[in-house]
Amino acid sequence: MNVSGFIFQALNGLSSASGLFFVAAGLSLIFGVTRIVNIAHGSLYMLGTYVAYSLATKIGGGFGFWGGIVITACLVGLLGAAIEFVLLRRIYRAPELFQLLATFALILIINDATLWLWGPEDLLGPRAPGMRDAIEIFGRRLPTYDLFLIVIAPVVLWILHLGLARTRFGRLVRAATQDREMVGALGVNQAMLFTAVFALGSFLAGLGGALQVAREPANLAMDLTVIGDAFVVVVVGGMGSITGAYLAAVIIAEVKALCIAIGTVSMFGMSLNFSKFTLVAEFLVMAAVLIARPYGLLGRPQGAVRGVADPEDPMRPATPALKFLGVVVLGALMAMPLMAQSSPYVLILGIDVMIAVLFAASLHFIMGPGGMHSFGHAAYFGLGAYGAALLVKWLAAPMGLALLAAPITALLGALLFGWFAVRLSGVYLAMLTLAFAQIVWAAVFQWEDLTGGSNGVIGVWPPAPFSNSSVYFILVLLLTVIGVLALRRILFAPFGYAMRAGRDSPLRAEAIGIDVKRVHWLGFAIAGLVCGVAGGLFAFAKGSISPETIGVGRSIDGLVMVLLGGIQTLTGPIVGASVFAVLQDTIMRQTEYWRALLGLIILLLVMAFPAGIVGGVINLLRRWRTAS
Amino acid sequence: MDNRHLHKRYLLTVALAGAAAIALFRPASAQDTIKIGELNSYKSQPAFLDPYKKGWELAIEEINAKGGVLGKKLEVVSRDDGANPGEAVRVAEELVTREGVPLISGTFLSHIGLAVTNFAGQKKVFFLAAEPLTDKITWQNGNKYTYRLRSSTYMQVAMLMPAAKALKAKRWALVYPNFEYGQSAAENFKALMKKAQPDVEFVTEQAPPLGKIDAGAVAQAIDDAKPDAIFNVLFAGDLAKFVREGNTRGVFKNRPVVSLLSGEPEYLDPLKDEAPVGWIVTGYPQDKINTPEHKAFRDAYMKKFNDYPRLGSIVGYATMKSLAAGIAKAGSTDTEKLVTAFAGLKVDSPFGPFIYRASDHQATMGAYVGKIALENGKGTMTDFKYVDGADVLPPDDEVKKLRPAGAN
Amino acid sequence: MTDLSIRSLAKAFGGVRAVNDVSFEVARGEFLAMIGPNGAGKSTCFNMINGQLRPDSGEIWFERANLAGLAPREIWRLGVGRTFQVAATFGSMTVVENVQMALISHAGETYRLWKPAASRYRARALELLEQVGMKDAADRASRELAYGDVKRVELAMALANDPRLLLMDEPTAGMAPRERNALIALVKRLVVEKGISVLFTEHSMDVVFAHADRIIVLARGRLIADGDARTIREHPKVQEVYFGTGKTFARVEPKPLEPQP
Repeated sequence: MNVSGFIFQALNGLSSASGLFFVAAGLSLIFGVTRIVNIAHGSLYMLGTYVAYSLATKIGGGFGFWGGIVITACLVGLLGAAIEFVLLRRIYRAPELFQLLATFALILIINDATLWLWGPEDLLGPRAPGMRDAIEIFGRRLPTYDLFLIVIAPVVLWILHLGLARTRFGRLVRAATQDREMVGALGVNQAMLFTAVFALGSFLAGLGGALQVAREPANLAMDLTVIGDAFVVVVVGGMGSITGAYLAAVIIAEVKALCIAIGTVSMFGMSLNFSKFTLVAEFLVMAAVLIARPYGLLGRPQGAVRGVADPEDPMRPATPALKFLGVVVLGALMAMPLMAQSSPYVLILGIDVMIAVLFAASLHFIMGPGGMHSFGHAAYFGLGAYGAALLVKWLAAPMGLALLAAPITALLGALLFGWFAVRLSGVYLAMLTLAFAQIVWAAVFQWEDLTGGSNGVIGVWPPAPFSNSSVYFILVLLLTVIGVLALRRILFAPFGYAMRAGRDSPLRAEAIGIDVKRVHWLGFAIAGLVCGVAGGLFAFAKGSISPETIGVGRSIDGLVMVLLGGIQTLTGPIVGASVFAVLQDTIMRQTEYWRALLGLIILLLVMAFPAGIVGGVINLLRRWRTAS
Repeated sequence: MDNRHLHKRYLLTVALAGAAAIALFRPASAQDTIKIGELNSYKSQPAFLDPYKKGWELAIEEINAKGGVLGKKLEVVSRDDGANPGEAVRVAEELVTREGVPLISGTFLSHIGLAVTNFAGQKKVFFLAAEPLTDKITWQNGNKYTYRLRSSTYMQVAMLMPAAKALKAKRWALVYPNFEYGQSAAENFKALMKKAQPDVEFVTEQAPPLGKIDAGAVAQAIDDAKPDAIFNVLFAGDLAKFVREGNTRGVFKNRPVVSLLSGEPEYLDPLKDEAPVGWIVTGYPQDKINTPEHKAFRDAYMKKFNDYPRLGSIVGYATMKSLAAGIAKAGSTDTEKLVTAFAGLKVDSPFGPFIYRASDHQATMGAYVGKIALENGKGTMTDFKYVDGADVLPPDDEVKKLRPAGAN
Repeated sequence: MTDLSIRSLAKAFGGVRAVNDVSFEVARGEFLAMIGPNGAGKSTCFNMINGQLRPDSGEIWFERANLAGLAPREIWRLGVGRTFQVAATFGSMTVVENVQMALISHAGETYRLWKPAASRYRARALELLEQVGMKDAADRASRELAYGDVKRVELAMALANDPRLLLMDEPTAGMAPRERNALIALVKRLVVEKGISVLFTEHSMDVVFAHADRIIVLARGRLIADGDARTIREHPKVQEVYFGTGKTFARVEPKPLEPQP
């Protein structure tokens, strides 16, 4: 590898950056103005590639391709506007992040709809008419289309920049990004602005996806692949900064290209394959940037986002009725092993549900009362699971010891990552937790000798008498109840109050002597510890674990459970986790298109219960009581 | 909010809860059939598993048309495993405990296959791993209760070795997806190559993340390393991107490529007229195999689905044929009897007869090795021949050493 | 005896000297107002004393400790209470829990994990609420309160650590005129009873002139005047800076004057 080789790889990096830029710019705009974390943005990108494929192949020729790209972007923009108009507009007043739940449902629905419309096979589009060849640079061949992509991204950036600087719409967008309430005060039709921004953001996602049609086959995994990258770019660049998004896209693409260019290096008798780092490069960059610059490269500190939703009600100790209900549920659960003979699966599902409950309760602990929205809670679940499993694998540790190691491993991870995370707030904190989770995931994935790599650790089964699922069920029940009650106890204790104080008003909390960061850090650690218990129980319940245990999917599941149940109530995560786990289990058996069905049910629940299920039930009870 | 609205919400809740309850406690169906549990990552790997499902549907139809097995019809209870080992283990337990299936089959991804293999060993359930390729299922982590149908990673690599050796290339570049399958394919290739050709040199190893290849940069890095030949393990979308970038950049010019699985229609067909001509691959030239057993299969498949079979169809079809043969030989669905029956079980498949080896529980169903060619604007294979799995598998005494004690 | 002693305090933001060599003292039990037109450096000065900002140079002596550069919570631990310009309570707690939280923190029990917070120091919290006239609202959610009541609750919280010095940033901002006087009268009564010194900034001149023992005036980052109400009212420099921009002052001293260029 020589200098010209590196320069050439830098050009490759630039062309990869442009795809990332389009999708990230749209995401950034939408978040900046509406504060919605639109995790369905990757799905719009995927749709862009599919639609462009259809247009390019059905119409064909130069118009089918180039015209198709423009038409696609417009269609996806319209779809985005429709999503905002029909769905999101109804839930703007819901508690923070609740919209995330709706967009999560959209991912499921759009993916299944795409499968239904286009079928399962990868669809490789045609090469770009007029740009099929390559040009020679430094004796190497660079595809003309890559050159086009290198140019088009800065051009679009420039147009967006002008649009934001010169037009009334642009000024409104910038104003709303800086202070959302001000726009309402200016008498601007906020609804129109939000719809327009959603359309523009979706247009950019569609454009980005459509431009990829000549580079990669349309496939059903694109939505999730791209959304992760897009979030990283947005956060590294600074939320709401389009230029930042471009800069970040370039940096990340260049780091990856560099890793690939370096290839395998032998150092100190060890050989290190840098190309494997592309797995985690962007998350390492993100973690580094967020630690050094908490608001991203070009982001500005945002004023505290005052939630549009009402803050939660003061916590009341359980009423006699609730206590009675709790005892009844506990009694029913204790009696479940009696059913083991007639329907043994109930116990298996019960174990999964309770592990989910413990996982969700620990996430709720920091998300709700702590106000720290962790998007990477799976890290502590996975650390717990791996802590236990590796002890069994390498030291043949007994289950008791392994189950003790699980929370300790998770606690250590939470102490380390939490220390950095609590220095940030809002969506930046969320993204840093996600980055840490991805780094843990990559470490586990890559450190094959220790962790078994992508295959994970197998053969982690509970010894007798726990090998009997009734006995293991009782163990899980016991630990879950202890865990949930302990979290509840802590929330009612001074520490829990201090955590909420720090969330409600950090300034006031500091002014009465509370070290908010320290309290939140310890809260993070407690949540990690309890989550680790769940992870350890999971490992023994399944007999094997793999890096999926730490994957983004599990972190999102956790968010969905907490939000579905109701983030502002203490029983919310319990109900949310139970409903989600049972729904998923049930629906997966019902239909081939189970994802779409799950998405639709979540959408229905979102519409019916904007405060989550428990929040909704409480509201209903309250209304009935006042009505009667 | 008026009361009517409230009632609507209430009704919705009740309806949802009711639906959940009914689904949860639905009674199992009657016992005049033999139930076969099947689980796979249908949603996450539709390109392979959609044809796979069609394949087993065809097999079940044929088996039942002839009166089923042991006088009973076969009924497949199929589930999505969520592409996640934890979920897969739960689904397996659900099949066994709630549906009461006497045996399970399926899985696609290696780590899920391994998790279910381990589950089968622990819970003493018969498991036929249909598709996962990892060597560990039959070797390092093998167990008494698990058999595997498809040729393993090792076998696939070994099938390509004669052609790779014949290239007499000294400098090799390797490119593989960064997960177990890719890594172990690369390891196997390097080990076999070093044995056959001690002066071989591996000039670069590119391991992009699965599904996220930066194809331009990777192709360029390989070109810059100036290899004499390339060994490729990429598949699906990664392969398509790599081929397009490599073609445009002239990476494959005068450079032979030896490639795993690329001749399978699942991965070859999406490339259309850009199929990389001349690559030496394992695969399935479905339109050119004219053995009577394959013709019969292909015709039946085309008739039923109005589509041509993919390799997944063969795997799905052979899975159910294997299970039917095994149950017939065992004379029951008793787990221990099934395990015994599968040892040395002979099965007829569209690829011809094969057996399940008693030594490592691996089926000897082989694959086709040949060169990619372009015909009528579509990729296909030429100069291909069928390589029997038995010819590339290590001998019995060798694999027995690889398996844990008590796995046989 | 001196309670708070500010010596040569300075702070610049990107070359602009927001506070420039300011020195003054607050005597024990004194009710001292800090006033000045917008941009005079009041907030900067105030935020350095309460720990929100770190001074570039200078010292802030409270009793035997230099507060300069300490964190707000450390300053609070030394016996300094504080209220905010925009009243801030903990919205998800009841009124009495807000005060209990401050008492719990004062007792060093923030990290206790077991005994419920609601059972700690309730009597003492109710006592404090009674003193500010909010006892009846003790079990209401604090987010439901009217703004004036929030200010009273905040005052109760600020008194929870038995402070010897109270820092109040525009205590009457956002309140109706009648409420303002009632609140300040309440504060004055409490601090006299408890022997607390008070430093407060204020926009409303009628409040300042009616209640402050002494007034200091900042303009363009410097301290330009120091004295009782009469001295300040007649201080030429004060008139100069205020009548350039001030409106509030004009209501107290309704003589129309030509604005300066």
